Amino acid sequence: MANMFRQCPDSGLYFHRDAEALMKAHAVLAVVFLLLGGVGGLLIALTRAPTVHLLSAENFYMVLTFHGTAVLLFWIIFFEIAVLYFASSTLLRVRPATPSIGWLGFLLMLGGAIMTTVAIFAGNSSVMFTSYVPMQASPYFYLGLILFAVGALLGCFIFLGTLVIAKEEKTYEGSIPLVTFGAVTAAIIAIFTIATGAIILIPTFMWSMGWISHIDPAMYRVLWWGMGHSSQQINVSAHVAVWYAIAAIVFGAKPMSEKVSRGAFLLYILFLQLASAHHLLADPGISSNWKVFNTSYAMYLAVLASMIHGLTVPGSIEVAQRKKGFNNGLFEWLTKAPWGNPVFSGMFLSLIIFGFIGGITGVVMGTEQINLIIHNTIFVPAHFHATVAVGTTLAFMAITYFLIPVLFRRKLVMPGLAKWQPYIFSAGMMMLIMFLLGAGTLGVPRRHWDVNFADAVLKYEFAGTAITLLGLAAVGAVLAAVGGALYCVIAVFSLVFGEKLDPHAGLLQSFGVPLSQAAYTVDRPSTLGLSAVETHGHGEVSAPGTFALALVFLLSFVVYFFINAKYLASVWPMG
Amino acid sequence: MAITPPSEKIWWNRPLDKVEGLWILLALAWCLILFLWMPYWHIYGKQNLSNEAYRTSPDAYEAKARAWADKHKVGEENGIPVVAPQDGGDVYMLGRLWEWWPILQLKKGVTYRLHLSSLDWQHGFSLQPTNINLQVLPGYETVMKITPDQSGSFGVVCNEFCGVGHHTMLGKIYVK
Ligand code: HEM
Ligand SMILES: [Cu+2]
Ligand SMILES: [Cu+2]
Repeated sequence: MANMFRQCPDSGLYFHRDAEALMKAHAVLAVVFLLLGGVGGLLIALTRAPTVHLLSAENFYMVLTFHGTAVLLFWIIFFEIAVLYFASSTLLRVRPATPSIGWLGFLLMLGGAIMTTVAIFAGNSSVMFTSYVPMQASPYFYLGLILFAVGALLGCFIFLGTLVIAKEEKTYEGSIPLVTFGAVTAAIIAIFTIATGAIILIPTFMWSMGWISHIDPAMYRVLWWGMGHSSQQINVSAHVAVWYAIAAIVFGAKPMSEKVSRGAFLLYILFLQLASAHHLLADPGISSNWKVFNTSYAMYLAVLASMIHGLTVPGSIEVAQRKKGFNNGLFEWLTKAPWGNPVFSGMFLSLIIFGFIGGITGVVMGTEQINLIIHNTIFVPAHFHATVAVGTTLAFMAITYFLIPVLFRRKLVMPGLAKWQPYIFSAGMMMLIMFLLGAGTLGVPRRHWDVNFADAVLKYEFAGTAITLLGLAAVGAVLAAVGGALYCVIAVFSLVFGEKLDPHAGLLQSFGVPLSQAAYTVDRPSTLGLSAVETHGHGEVSAPGTFALALVFLLSFVVYFFINAKYLASVWPMG
Repeated sequence: MAITPPSEKIWWNRPLDKVEGLWILLALAWCLILFLWMPYWHIYGKQNLSNEAYRTSPDAYEAKARAWADKHKVGEENGIPVVAPQDGGDVYMLGRLWEWWPILQLKKGVTYRLHLSSLDWQHGFSLQPTNINLQVLPGYETVMKITPDQSGSFGVVCNEFCGVGHHTMLGKIYVK
């Protein structure tokens, strides 16, 4: 049998011919959708700034529908499937299960994404990615999403199949690596998510075809968010796995304890489902008991899990750095970290902004009663730009800088700019997020073309500050768009013009065509052994700096929560 | 490392790091406080979501709201009736593409039973600037007790996207 593996001389990782081609194809398409969706984001932000007011109302709602769909679904999920191939085939040194079905899944995702995109730009599907009934899109809008989901589902099954093969062929010793475990979490949640999605999207598609006459809007919201919320939990699992991977790659960091980190991933699966309740807190027809029970039992234990990862990832970096001698004071390990390496800086900014901004705002507005001063204001998009547009997106950007040489075998172009990219993107996003959080606190609605109500019969004026904040947010949006575009350009240019690190890595190979057979020199990689034995002492305080940061986090959390509770107490009494 | 198998085959017997154990306890305690705060606020807080809701139909709700508005109408503004209900009574508002109907005139410090429903798509009742935000669905009638405690003119913005006229959907509540 022909050799199917190559070993990357820089990282020591083994890549299987079929798996690496699949990884590349998925990752490249992800970037394409990020680029398209990011342009959409900029246009939207420039429209929401009342002084610019760029797009017409029709185009604004159309582009907003596209932005949500392209970045939240297509960019992130294409990239996640690439991560699944990496976490299974590459990390476990195993051949991927049924690569031909992998390509089928890829084509379904691509076809579905194109179908939905075309339906949106045809102009009759401006329903936002949530497509709340009874507002109706063209059947192609739903059908495209269904095909995309089926493709992604195939990717998840291949991932699990690949794990089975690795186990059977004994390609590794002991348990699977933590990063792979995180990917398993993501895949299991994804399967669950897609099943829930099928339960709601298939009837909605049939309804748009006229085969079903009515879909109950309350039931739609419960089921839709069963998918919509769980899919965010896929993103969290995937980007936390990427954080751990980067900590290992850049620092050789070991998890502080496998038990805690794996346990935290497990919490994501166990306490997943009815946390979707936090999207329904302001809905009629659902009792408070149900809302309180389902947000708290499920969401808070999922929150606990994220708080654990938020400690253990930087904690593991601290331990590794201290072992290298960066032992002075509380923070030398952090100040002496490689801040000029975008793999690290992107990951660390992702972690901080996800936790401090995304996490805190999310839990606060997920509190049953506090939700009523926040529901559907622009505070909500501000919150999830901290979670997905920085947390997930920036983590994926960071690992891309590692994958370009290792997977694509191209030298990064413009390394000087790449160094700055995570900072530019984060700075822009932070401005966008903070100003929109402010505007949302003042009641500015999300998904709204004109907060000056020029065409309304009656009049209402928002506070002048709110209007100013929307303008400032647009400045942040421009900076974020520059940072996002920089990433896309650096990635694509590296694949096209970057110096080849392997003579076989031609232009087409950058986009998913397998390398020529000669590139593969290994028939079967040696069995992946256990990690070197850990020596750092247990029972002592091994990561005091991280713990101090965690306490700052907890304090901010408590303060921000009670500020909002106080704000709630100032609105009209109701019940 | 996190990208290689754990260093021991039996990794689950290793003791936790102290920092981890302490943090888990702190985080868990905070999560419990967050949970307990919600029932606490149901008992002691003054701003809670109502549990009263009924199935209805757009036609039935519209008829009910219209009959009520005809009875208590006190004026008109831009062709929209201004309605002043009796103290402590029922108050109706309906959402439809693209208006909140009718205009309400309430008294400060008086508690009303506010009914909300939609005649067509989903809408978002967003009372500004006091900042109360509720989801409004067709086929469901929510009833909540509400006590305006400020006087002035309030806007009812729609903050659930409801098609191309969404940003023109604006209602009014006056509090005297
Ligand atoms: C250049 C970068 C970006 C800018 C300037 C930007 C800006 C915006 C703005 C202004 C909104 C509209 C808020 C509203 O009117 O309701 C929005 C919505 C949204 N954005 Fe972004 N965004 C960017 C990148 C991203 C990324 C990377 C993601 C996710 C991975 C993302 C996910 C979303 C989602 C899901 C929505 C909600 C759409 C909806 O309400 O249906 N954005 N974005
Ligand atoms: Cu959610
Ligand atoms: Cu609306």
